[in-house]
Amino acid sequence: MTRGALLFVTAFLASGVEMVEALTIVLAVGVTRGWRSTLLGAGVAVLALAVLIAALGGAISHVPIDVLRLGIGALLLIFGLQWLRKAILRAGGQLPLHDEAAAFLAESADAAGAVRARRELVDWYSFTVSFKGVFLEGVEVAFIVITFGAAKSHGVAIAAAAAAAALVVVLAAGAIVRAPLSRVPENTLKFTVGLLLASFGTFWSAEGAGVSWPGGDGALLGILALLLLASLAAVRVLRHGLHPAGLSPASKGADA
Amino acid sequence: MSRVLAFGRFWYGFILGDDWRIAAGVAAAIGITALLADGGVAAWWVMPLAVIALLVGSVRRGTRRAQRSESEVR
Repeated sequence: MTRGALLFVTAFLASGVEMVEALTIVLAVGVTRGWRSTLLGAGVAVLALAVLIAALGGAISHVPIDVLRLGIGALLLIFGLQWLRKAILRAGGQLPLHDEAAAFLAESADAAGAVRARRELVDWYSFTVSFKGVFLEGVEVAFIVITFGAAKSHGVAIAAAAAAAALVVVLAAGAIVRAPLSRVPENTLKFTVGLLLASFGTFWSAEGAGVSWPGGDGALLGILALLLLASLAAVRVLRHGLHPAGLSPASKGADA
Repeated sequence: MSRVLAFGRFWYGFILGDDWRIAAGVAAAIGITALLADGGVAAWWVMPLAVIALLVGSVRRGTRRAQRSESEVR
């Protein structure tokens, strides 16, 4: 039950982050060049993703569960540590926070600057940019759903439901704001997702390597707590100048 | 050929990111865990410790890199 709930939350947040990025691109192109081709590109990307998800899902179901846990756990751990590392560096003021408003303006400027040679039924610029954004981010969502879900019985259904819930929330948010998404506290979201990815990754990769966790699934919460404490300590060290590596104090803002 | 290189570069970036030591460290930690578990040792503590060490090491490298590029800008 605990594992199922954590799986849902992790898949929801991880999918949500990817969807916010895709939505930024779609909004930018749609607002500046029109919605028809933009939404067409997004729709075709979703169809292509459905085919991809069906193909990958079938292939993964034939792999032995321990091998799956090992492979998936290792990948999740690597992704999670990379997300967490960047979120810590941002929260500690060592890297600038990713600015969705700037991303939106950059996409808008690119879209407005492109020349449409003549009026066509489909604006291929809008279609292509929208397709690329939705497809690439969608592949990452599909990866999250399949990899998270495959290591637990009925896990794909839970992860897919979480991704669907995230899609509804992100689409609703996009419809309401229709503008820069800078109000979404992206680094806090990435910090949390990094923690959860790394915790699941640690748990599954160790299980796949032959470990029996003391406390069974409850160990997952222990790993999460340990990583949270270590990460918050790292942010504190970066912000407040306890500098074991001879580092200078951080001065930039952070939201995690 | 350039497409093959681009394909390889995409997957390298997708999986290894900008700090390959994380992936190498994770692989090494899993290997050590599997060896200990295979020998009958309760090896559940190896992965959490390795993960903390990898995270701290990567954050320190990232901090140094960020400060180096900041001083270059100045």
